[in-house]
Amino acid sequence: MTTSTSSQSLWQRVTAPLSSGPTAYAFLALYVLICSALLLTNPRTELSTDIVFVLFMLSMLAVYRSRVATWFKVVLGVVALGIVLPYFGTLNPFYIDVATQAGIFTTLALGLNVVVGFAGLLDLGYVAFFAVGAYAWGIFSTTRISNINPAWGPVDPVMFYPFLIVGLILGLITGVLLGLPVLRLRGDYLAIVTLGFGEVIRVVANNLDRPINITNGSQGIRDIERPPIVIVDLVRNLGVVADDNRLYQLFFYYLVLIIVLLTVIVVARLKNSRIGRAWEAIREDEVAAVAQGIPRVRMKLLAFAIGASFAGVMGVVFASKQLFINPPTFDLLRSINILAMVILGGMGSIPGAMLGAIIVTMLDLQILPRLASVLREAQATGAPIPRQFDPTQYQRLFFGLLLVLMMIFRPEGLWPDERRREEQHEVEISDEDLEADKVTTSTSANTGR
Amino acid sequence: MALLEAINITKIFGGLVAVNDVTFTVEPGSIVSVIGPNGAGKTTFFNVLTGIYKPDKGRVIFAGQDITGWRSDQIAALGMRRTFQNIRLFGNMTVLENVLIGMHVHLQSSIWSIIFRSRNMLREEARARNKAMELLSFVGIADKRDELAKNLPYGDQRRLEIARAMAGEPKIILLDEPTAGMNPQETAEATQLIRRLRDERDITVILIEHDMRLVMSISERISVLDYGSTIAEGDVQAIRTNPRVIEAYLGKGAAGHAA
Repeated sequence: MTTSTSSQSLWQRVTAPLSSGPTAYAFLALYVLICSALLLTNPRTELSTDIVFVLFMLSMLAVYRSRVATWFKVVLGVVALGIVLPYFGTLNPFYIDVATQAGIFTTLALGLNVVVGFAGLLDLGYVAFFAVGAYAWGIFSTTRISNINPAWGPVDPVMFYPFLIVGLILGLITGVLLGLPVLRLRGDYLAIVTLGFGEVIRVVANNLDRPINITNGSQGIRDIERPPIVIVDLVRNLGVVADDNRLYQLFFYYLVLIIVLLTVIVVARLKNSRIGRAWEAIREDEVAAVAQGIPRVRMKLLAFAIGASFAGVMGVVFASKQLFINPPTFDLLRSINILAMVILGGMGSIPGAMLGAIIVTMLDLQILPRLASVLREAQATGAPIPRQFDPTQYQRLFFGLLLVLMMIFRPEGLWPDERRREEQHEVEISDEDLEADKVTTSTSANTGR
Repeated sequence: MALLEAINITKIFGGLVAVNDVTFTVEPGSIVSVIGPNGAGKTTFFNVLTGIYKPDKGRVIFAGQDITGWRSDQIAALGMRRTFQNIRLFGNMTVLENVLIGMHVHLQSSIWSIIFRSRNMLREEARARNKAMELLSFVGIADKRDELAKNLPYGDQRRLEIARAMAGEPKIILLDEPTAGMNPQETAEATQLIRRLRDERDITVILIEHDMRLVMSISERISVLDYGSTIAEGDVQAIRTNPRVIEAYLGKGAAGHAA
């Protein structure tokens, strides 16, 4: 007990000056600056760049968490995410793709966090809403649409922008449609039904190539349209010489960044509102919540619909960015992966969900493959690793092990909901109070009952 | 006119008649107690009134409306609030937030005004916080507003539950054994608080309670349940001397001695 408190205070002694006060400004600025410089001078694809890239992403979380003035956070955020990272992306497109993917999954994790973390509804089919958005744009922007009615042609690519709203509404509607019949179920039953629903959407996508070929079945939809970049001429005039693919990478990066920002704002505001409190109450004790006049089904439905609508929007973006979607993209494993992000980060915590999404995406795309290739190089140069051992085959094993270790040693997640701890710090509890509490609780425990 | 009327309420679980043809009337501004031995069906009766269970027979009329079969949250929104026998606070939320939850039905901000932080929404939120603080002062735990509810001492948890129930601006509060597990000092304070609910806030109170001294000192009318049926109903004096009540509490034969 004493050791843990002293080590904690040591940790606090180290981090406190770094997260508040004048030292924090210097530390954060220096941190971001050094990471940026290292990134920009080292635009290759190798292990060292990976490490710097991870540190760079973590710097954003340090900024987010610190207690410096909001303008300072905004400046650092804009510089790092709005300028340094995209510029680095033009030097090395691999990393901008990782960042965009991380952004897409950040939004998904934030959306699922509303459902699982805030309202406490275990949803194992969340990716279905993502699929709905993706397939909607996939069908409407390609000649698939003509298969439904020959008179209809693909929509103009510029319709992509309003279609983001359509994706949102479609996600919302699907969320409500699924929610209405199942939200009376609790816990495990709800989880199983949502799991089934996720599979239903995937199977429908897989089989809706007959009698009318709408989804093109297991072959997926190709040649999905990308929207015209509104400011492309402006960018070209600025002297940026880049081919279409590069430009689109930047475009989707910025688009995803904006959507992530909006998502964070919406989710944070909902959380600290009467709606967020009602969700929390339902999660804590449903009977007591209803006894306070909270309409249980309506609030759950709202959580479901809001979570689903984020996924719907991102589905549209995802389809357009990937140019190609097929049913396996939206399988159960993807849902589980998003759930893992939420749990890894800390259920109910907004920065936690973001951190979880970034870490899992980077593990998936970057760190684990790199680890495998490093191991393979070592194997080739004669390290004592059996020849039959193929590290690339074991990536998921490492991921699984990591999850198991996390759940054993830090079940509350990497970045659990911080609000409570802060609130408790504001209240100074004297030892006298604690003593008095002990006396009352012990006497009340002794009497009666 | 009566504020709350339960007419011929019957609730059956499987073969067990938990509440049997109970009729019960509460006048506005009164403090009424429901007493009876353990397992007499008191809490089940509360659960029927507050909509957690639907009665198999009978009707519940509250504030002039037939609320039989209404959902629990609708009944709560209409102005009937309750506390629970085994305290049911939102343990991982702060004391203040618990009271704010009680206000949920009176907060009108739409989802859009929340997302855009409209001025009305911010004003409503500030008002709600002020009112919550006022209620916490009323029950005497204002200084603990930022503590997690689960960390409160037992007596304060009972107070918080009452504050949360008050937050809904109820016409009536149902208290299910509000002094269970309290020492005499705490019981005296709780009695005081219940009286103030009615005297200062005009809230009608229905009480389930085992502490006879409390019941006898505070109630204007008492209903006695045994095996799900009303065996007596009347003012304190009538109940104190009712042979059937004494029998139910002390066993057959005791009535003669006591009288």
